[in-house]
Amino acid sequence: MKRTTSAGILSIAALAVAALAGAGLNGAAEAQDKGPFANQIAARHGIMLYRAMNIGALGAMAKGEVAYDAAAAQKAADNLAAAAHLDDSMLWPEGSDNGAHAGTIALPALWADKAGFDAKYADFRAATEAMQGAAGQGLEALQAEMGKLGPTCGACHKAYRAPTN
Amino acid sequence: MLRPVLIGIAALAAAALAGVFALTRPAPLPADAMAGLVGDAGRGAVVFRAGGCAACHRAPEVAGRPPAPDTELGGGMRFASPFGTFIAPNISPDLTQGIGGWSVLDLANAMQRGVSPDGRHYYPVFPYASYIRAEPQDIADLHAYLLTLPPVATPSLPHEVGFPFSVRRGLGLWKWRYLDPAWVVAGDLSPEETRGRYLAEALGHCGECHSPRDRFGGIIRARWLSGAPVPGAKGSFPNITPARLDWSVADITEYLTSGFTPDYDSAGGHMALVIENTAHLPQADRAAIAAYLKRVPPVASPAAAP
Repeated sequence: MKRTTSAGILSIAALAVAALAGAGLNGAAEAQDKGPFANQIAARHGIMLYRAMNIGALGAMAKGEVAYDAAAAQKAADNLAAAAHLDDSMLWPEGSDNGAHAGTIALPALWADKAGFDAKYADFRAATEAMQGAAGQGLEALQAEMGKLGPTCGACHKAYRAPTN
Repeated sequence: MLRPVLIGIAALAAAALAGVFALTRPAPLPADAMAGLVGDAGRGAVVFRAGGCAACHRAPEVAGRPPAPDTELGGGMRFASPFGTFIAPNISPDLTQGIGGWSVLDLANAMQRGVSPDGRHYYPVFPYASYIRAEPQDIADLHAYLLTLPPVATPSLPHEVGFPFSVRRGLGLWKWRYLDPAWVVAGDLSPEETRGRYLAEALGHCGECHSPRDRFGGIIRARWLSGAPVPGAKGSFPNITPARLDWSVADITEYLTSGFTPDYDSAGGHMALVIENTAHLPQADRAAIAAYLKRVPPVASPAAAP
């Protein structure tokens, strides 16, 4: 019984090692195909897109394209704030800029001015919290916060992003 | 036998030299070009925003410090190009470092002829090739407005431009070849499209970044607004002709107001600075720019290099 268990554990371990090795090899090959930092860049884009979709839901109401709906606005603002507060620090490794990878328009300036990036990021997070407090409180409150949220997106994009590739 | 030939060659060379001398000479406006125009600072504020002066002449952001107001025009922003790096000068009304001592005619000569008050050529990084299309009254109004802004004592820095481009006299040839006050988009335009053309082609100088240039730095009018590489860096300014920009008039107007794209991405890079200015324009002016962009001839982007 004991022997069987050890053999079982050994074989499971062997399988796991093989699987890991395989994954590692596949991962390495994939990363080579897609270039360095491909996964970090893809994850950044995914988070940005998710934020944009929720800002879009709020923006459509702010502009009057969609009728104001307090519950829907609150949900979008909650999602936005949650996505803004994700700890995505691991997605911004040194050198993952537009010089290293064609898939990003992040400028090296972002890493040269890390303190500025962190400060602008904090402003954005604060603006999403303010939106969370306002979105369900009526259209005018939402519109007022929308006007403050936009520039916090722009502050980072202005300083650290190339126009297009 | 030989002597008349030599004399002829010498005469031809002298004539050629005289021709080059004449062609490269800075050519200011007639002395009475701005006579009788009285500037209105209130209207000048709109010209200032439409012209995007602050987008280049405000002080560059310094890491760790809150940005100065964009009405402080001390200069210092750097612009890389194939010809060298240009540094935006101080255009605040400071009497020694800025342009506080300029007359209306001085400003008109700078903006419409690219000529300084002391009679030298400016480099066309200063978009006089666009401002040449501006109305003299708008320049008088802008002059009145600029004088109301706070003086800044930052000295202007010399451009970092090597030989032969450091010989400013040569810019006379550039102007002779490329300065053209004619509208790029011609034809039968509505009043709104006409206003949009004025804002985009004259004051807003959209084409200075969004149009490709030839190897002498002249804008290729046949490829107007079809995108161009960012000088001295990776990336490119996008094609904003209808061949690529398929946004609605409302979408473009919104972008010039809040910086949000239809997908709720937001403007970045120098365009964010542009929008900090267009955001101050009357809504009708932003809509006019959008209407104009719909009338620009579509030009396909060049295929990406393999």
